[in-house]
Amino acid sequence: MLVEQRHWMTAEDFNAQLGMCQFLPGPNVVNLAVVVGKRYQGLPGAIVAPLGLLTGPVLIVLLLALVYDCYGALPQAQGLLRGIAAVGCGLLFAMAWRMGMAIQAKPVFWPFTVLTVSGIALLRWPMPLVMAAGLLLSGSVAYWTLGRK
Amino acid sequence: MILFELFLECALLSFVAFGGATALLPELHRVVVDHHHWLNDTTFTQLYAIAQAAPGPNVLVVTLIGWEVAGLLGALAATLGMCLPMSVLIYLLVDRWEQCAGRRWQQAISLGVAPLAVGLIFSGATLIAQAADFQLGAWVIVLVTTLLNLRYRTLHPLWLIAAGALAGLSGGL
Repeated sequence: MLVEQRHWMTAEDFNAQLGMCQFLPGPNVVNLAVVVGKRYQGLPGAIVAPLGLLTGPVLIVLLLALVYDCYGALPQAQGLLRGIAAVGCGLLFAMAWRMGMAIQAKPVFWPFTVLTVSGIALLRWPMPLVMAAGLLLSGSVAYWTLGRK
Repeated sequence: MILFELFLECALLSFVAFGGATALLPELHRVVVDHHHWLNDTTFTQLYAIAQAAPGPNVLVVTLIGWEVAGLLGALAATLGMCLPMSVLIYLLVDRWEQCAGRRWQQAISLGVAPLAVGLIFSGATLIAQAADFQLGAWVIVLVTTLLNLRYRTLHPLWLIAAGALAGLSGGL
């Protein structure tokens, strides 16, 4: 919409900013809305853009929550949600696989993936701790490999 | 004060959400189910399913969690906690960050974060499977979804979600 309909930004610009927002922490799309909003309208834009992005979906989700509170206990609803959760789970595996395959120098960086999974999924350590340690280690290795080129 | 706690927990989480809201699932579960006992496993996975099926960014799973924990104000507190602090920080830092584009340390961060994000998302998938206590039928759906999504990139996930919902509705899972 930003690129094709309004011509507010070029496709390259959009991709660069999306890339940035994808590896900074926080909800990607909200980050992106703030960055784009600021770029075009300064502070008001940075406030209005994420609000505009979120208001509609939040209302829909709250409506669904109301429905869930009324009918969620029905066996049909339980089955329906189980089916969706299973699909969601599959989509997550696919996403992890795709992102994992996109990593360059896999033998160097995949061990950090394994460490993250061990810490988070198996040992259930607090994520801030795992991420701080992981980022320090993985980032240092990345810094070092970049210097060798 | 549960509203304040919700806000604070979500704000804390947003600062480590490398890889977006999906990467947060394991930690959300740890905080909401294991630590505070605000929700049980079943409700947690069901809220995840609703957020997955709903239009809009998947960060809205925290809106649902907030709603179940503390009603409308809870939903707002959780959503604001997740979005506001990081938005303010990004607003303040984005120009400086863009000035440094291409620097070695910045490339190192983006390179170094990727394998961690993959691990987080993989952990999120295993967590959902565990919390929902998937049996054989559900695992078949998981496998088929994974393969279809990887093989046919243009197939919209909504079709898969609809198919999964139907399979679940028929009661086989």
